[in-house]
Amino acid sequence: MKFGIVVFPGSNCDRDMQHALQDELQQEVVMLWHKDKDLSMFSTDDCIVLPGGFSYGDYLRCGALARFSPMMEQVIGFARRGGKVLGVCNGFQILCEAGLLPGVLLQNDNQKFICRNVYIRKTSEQNLMGKAVEDKALKIPVAHGEGRYFADEATLAHLEQNNQIVFQYCDENGTVDRKFNPNGAINDIAGICNEGRNVYGMMPHPERACSDTLNNTDGRAILKALVESWVAVPTA
Amino acid sequence: MEATLEQARQLGLQEAEFEEIKKILGRTPNFNETAMYSVMWSEHCSYKNSIKYLKKLPREGSRLLVKAGEENAGLVDIGDGLAVVFKIESHNHPSAIEPFQGAATGVGGIHRDIFTMGARPVAALNSLRFGNLKHPKTQHLLKGIVKGISHYGNCFGVPTVGGEVYFEDCYQTNPLVNAMSVGIVKVGQTFSATSYGEGNPVFIVGAATGKDGIGGASFASADITEDSAEQLPAVQVGDPFEEKKLLEACMELVGKNLVIGMQDMGAAGISCSTSEMSAKGQHGMKIDLSKVPTRQENMKAWEMLLSESQERMLIVIEKGKEAEVQAIFDKWDIHCEQIGEVTKEERLKYYLNGELMADVPGESLVLGGGAPVYEREYKEPAYFAQVNAFDQDSIPEAQDLKAVAEQIIRLPNIASKRWVYEQYDSMVGTANASTNNPSDAAIVRIHGTEKALAVTVDCNSRYVFLNPYVGGMIAVSEAARNIVCSGGQPVGVTNCLNFGNPYNPEVYYQFVHALRGMSDACIQFDAPVTGGNVSFYNQSEDGPVYPTPTIGMVGVLDNIADAMTLDFKNEGDHIYLLGRSRNDINGSEYLFKLHNVTHSPAPHFDLQEEAALQNKVAELIKNKLIRSAHDVSEGGLFPTLLESAAVNGKGFSIALHKDLRKDAFLFGEAQSRVVVSVRPDQQKAFEAVVGDHPMEHLGTVTAGDILIDGAGWGTIPEWKVQYDTAIENELS
Repeated sequence: MKFGIVVFPGSNCDRDMQHALQDELQQEVVMLWHKDKDLSMFSTDDCIVLPGGFSYGDYLRCGALARFSPMMEQVIGFARRGGKVLGVCNGFQILCEAGLLPGVLLQNDNQKFICRNVYIRKTSEQNLMGKAVEDKALKIPVAHGEGRYFADEATLAHLEQNNQIVFQYCDENGTVDRKFNPNGAINDIAGICNEGRNVYGMMPHPERACSDTLNNTDGRAILKALVESWVAVPTA
Repeated sequence: MEATLEQARQLGLQEAEFEEIKKILGRTPNFNETAMYSVMWSEHCSYKNSIKYLKKLPREGSRLLVKAGEENAGLVDIGDGLAVVFKIESHNHPSAIEPFQGAATGVGGIHRDIFTMGARPVAALNSLRFGNLKHPKTQHLLKGIVKGISHYGNCFGVPTVGGEVYFEDCYQTNPLVNAMSVGIVKVGQTFSATSYGEGNPVFIVGAATGKDGIGGASFASADITEDSAEQLPAVQVGDPFEEKKLLEACMELVGKNLVIGMQDMGAAGISCSTSEMSAKGQHGMKIDLSKVPTRQENMKAWEMLLSESQERMLIVIEKGKEAEVQAIFDKWDIHCEQIGEVTKEERLKYYLNGELMADVPGESLVLGGGAPVYEREYKEPAYFAQVNAFDQDSIPEAQDLKAVAEQIIRLPNIASKRWVYEQYDSMVGTANASTNNPSDAAIVRIHGTEKALAVTVDCNSRYVFLNPYVGGMIAVSEAARNIVCSGGQPVGVTNCLNFGNPYNPEVYYQFVHALRGMSDACIQFDAPVTGGNVSFYNQSEDGPVYPTPTIGMVGVLDNIADAMTLDFKNEGDHIYLLGRSRNDINGSEYLFKLHNVTHSPAPHFDLQEEAALQNKVAELIKNKLIRSAHDVSEGGLFPTLLESAAVNGKGFSIALHKDLRKDAFLFGEAQSRVVVSVRPDQQKAFEAVVGDHPMEHLGTVTAGDILIDGAGWGTIPEWKVQYDTAIENELS
């Protein structure tokens, strides 16, 4: 099992993700340049990560251009074949723009970029991350200007029914409420997955919470979850 | 066509300077040449009114790898084959009239100064000063400037780890925006801003050249007036995405022996980079301006020579290695055009469509070369009489201390700057250890080592106004104190000297004496000045700003595990004051904001006392005898205790001093004091190490209540919400 991290010209969390996966979690990591288009060394057991940053400057709409890059075309195919994909922050925006995840990420409701530690908790056990992380508030930083998740009612109902909401914003005790939501995301959604449970997108940065030196390791379990493969939990 | 004296004057040159140019060239300069001299000899590029005194700052030190002014930024050895590169710079004038772009390009410019030396920026800081927060214009400037810094810094991907924000009426028309960048480089892999080797190709890389920012350096060298808004084209427009690509491409050049020299294009653009590099390498250049990628068609020669379009670099490459360099810039989709070559003759010749447009000796344009050097007159400011006449006994001692404390912690200079710093990405790079372990200086780990940097920016400009010499010492001392309280050892200083008009003798007095104070303190703390910048003319019809020599200081921790934090850890821990409480409310926020006393002496300060305090703090940290350290600064002891307590929701119970004014004890700003907390079982060992050094036992850490002389003042959550939301409430 190995990770591939796509490097867009404006990615700026690519090295942080590499550091977290390689040095903190002892995983094999391959950096993938956005202009390349060879993913043949990756099997569907592997995981491609779209890191945070400003992929192509994001002067249009966050992630709007990145989806058309040669490497992203390969990643879309990889995801459709069942390969694991994680998008964090700008990576989440790209996954939505590429149609691999439903919904969109809009400008924060207070119109300002926001960077601070927030708490999130899992919403369901029905995905890799939900299975892997403890059922408690996890302290994970956010850093975004456009992180307000939004989807229409039908999509939202489908996400809920299908247990595709992975994380919601909460307080340090795990209470989910609008007032602990940093950006105004609908239903306090911080992260979702696709129906196939192989594509994950989240606004908070787990790679920034993997270090003893920085005194926060709540993100390790989230990333480590991707080492596993998805096995559907039989419904009772 | 020859330029006229009238044209030279319009460009900002004095008659004597125009005569000097004629003497250098042996003829009357043409318009292009006159324009070049006007920007290169402007205050901003030439330091003509400050260089004499800048040279008196301590610039020697065993760790220094280059001297101040020798390269684009200071370079200090931190061991393990690594060096830290850092610099602070102002973008005051552009930010005054176009806050968003002005501040954004300030951030872009200072990062370029760092990576043009081959270092990767790892931390950004800033020092911002505004007028009265209640004024709508201040709110407009604050929102725009913070958004500009946020926009550029966040996209560029370097964490903003520290800073300071002040509000004083003197900054109403002239806000100050000082941005600092800190980078890391392997010793021996730096690029120099030089040019030599006849026939070596000269490349311009990065963004295309446009008409933005033309004459920006001259604009920054004049007072702000009502007409300043008409100078809008003098403000540059930033593109952080372009700069991010430029950074990565430049990082790929490091360690490959392709580059002779490199310099970013900031003030005065092509004129400045070609002349400074050539002067340093004692060669000349032949430049074909027709080859410069431009945004507009038919740009004139002087427009290209003076443009301050952002995100550009000038690179001199070893002949024969052009293709290798080209491939790197192609990979990142960045313009990379050869525009000329190095010549043996020490002259700069600029051509456009085959026609010679300017022909000047490079040396004559630059600081340390032909640029003029002036000494201005100075005299003691008249307002000192008012300062010296003040007697604090004329102020009745406050009776309702709790009510005063509530006002103090909501003052914009003291309240939490959360509204500001949460707009900056402070965590990208996964190196900022202060997010979860706050300390007086920001702690930035150096990946791949056990080391960390401690970085801070500091200046209480009111103290400098009240006593330039003492205020200058305090600015440096407070920066060093913050680093020492975080477990670091100061290694170097960069300064941003923001003053009014140097032709005003009282302003120049402030400048000369503030620098004298800084020098004495830098020598005391073995922290040489590695560079920085001077920003004069921060002055409007309302008068000059407070003299504001912002100090950016860098310290080193050999092991990040030795970092010290500022937060109280456990109920029952003892709280001590290292240093001495004094009967002194002079110069304090309390006196100024609550009693409207604008002129009083600077607070108590003694450099030897300060040095002894810092040595003691360092010793206690080394012996692991304290659990927190937080220095007493603006607002005095009470806000200091509140800040240490609020992080973990602890409280404190303390006793008031028996022999002092109670307002002086809680809100006075006498210097050289640090609040520490000590585990009960270490109390004896702690007191033994403190020894003869002045120390006061203040009380203990509580579960969450604030108790003063046993009286309940409420709980930490109640106080914290006041402290946290004061600024955002003013803005909403």
